[in-house]
Amino acid sequence: MTTTGRYQATIEADPNVPIVHMTRDFDATPAQVMRAHTDPELFARWVGPNRMETKIIDWDATTGGRWRYVASRDGEDYGFHGCFHEVGEDVIVQTFTFDGLPDDVALETLRFEDLGDGRTRLHAQSLVDSFEGRDQWLASGMETGVEEGYAKLDALLAEL
Amino acid sequence: MADDQLSRVFAALADPTRRGIVARLAVGDATVGELAEPYDVSVQAVSKHIRVLSDAGLVSQRRDAQRRPCHLEAEVFDLMTKWIERYRQQAQERYERLDAVLAEMREDEQPTRPRHPEQGAATS
Repeated sequence: MTTTGRYQATIEADPNVPIVHMTRDFDATPAQVMRAHTDPELFARWVGPNRMETKIIDWDATTGGRWRYVASRDGEDYGFHGCFHEVGEDVIVQTFTFDGLPDDVALETLRFEDLGDGRTRLHAQSLVDSFEGRDQWLASGMETGVEEGYAKLDALLAEL
Repeated sequence: MADDQLSRVFAALADPTRRGIVARLAVGDATVGELAEPYDVSVQAVSKHIRVLSDAGLVSQRRDAQRRPCHLEAEVFDLMTKWIERYRQQAQERYERLDAVLAEMREDEQPTRPRHPEQGAATS
């Protein structure tokens, strides 16, 4: 009865442009997946990493609207904000900025493809303004911050 | 300077000729001359590409050997794969939370559960 773990996210770092492509299927209609992205209460329940609390500060999921939320863990806050450039029937185009790097803006396009039978494929694309930005973003894990894996990586890279 | 290192790796691979060189070296070590053969470019141009790849830590050249064959440092690719996989796992966790939210939404929208037997038969 549970769908958890049934579908895997695919991710691809485009070698020619600083874009990250991601796809994931869901057992829900495009309208439902869309609503989980635009309803702030629903969105806050799934967007943050496990063990982190997401608080929506500002939310207007309409074309030209804006959003801001803060993810908290162990007393540390990580703020994110952006604008909803376009909120259509099956597409969301929005910007994404980490408060800690206010000059860096990612342009995100989310498309909700109807697969029929109450299933939806999400196509998420994030365009950043440089390969360096994209790669740091991939490397940092953005929301979860420095982890033990990162420390291992540092050690490995130091040997190169 | 982990980020700088990774940036150089990705930047080095942003060029199609360099990706071709990397693909060729994945098969086995090769000299600059051998690497230049399939491309309509000079040995000097390929040398330049090799320099970018070696600055990124992707390719090494033995200094002592007469032919100075280029060697692919596969370890760097493992690192990149791990990096991307870690990011993918975060996305996967996020979407599994979304799965749970969507499952609840479906239940809210269908307050008549459990289904009537004939509906259950029709949809299963």
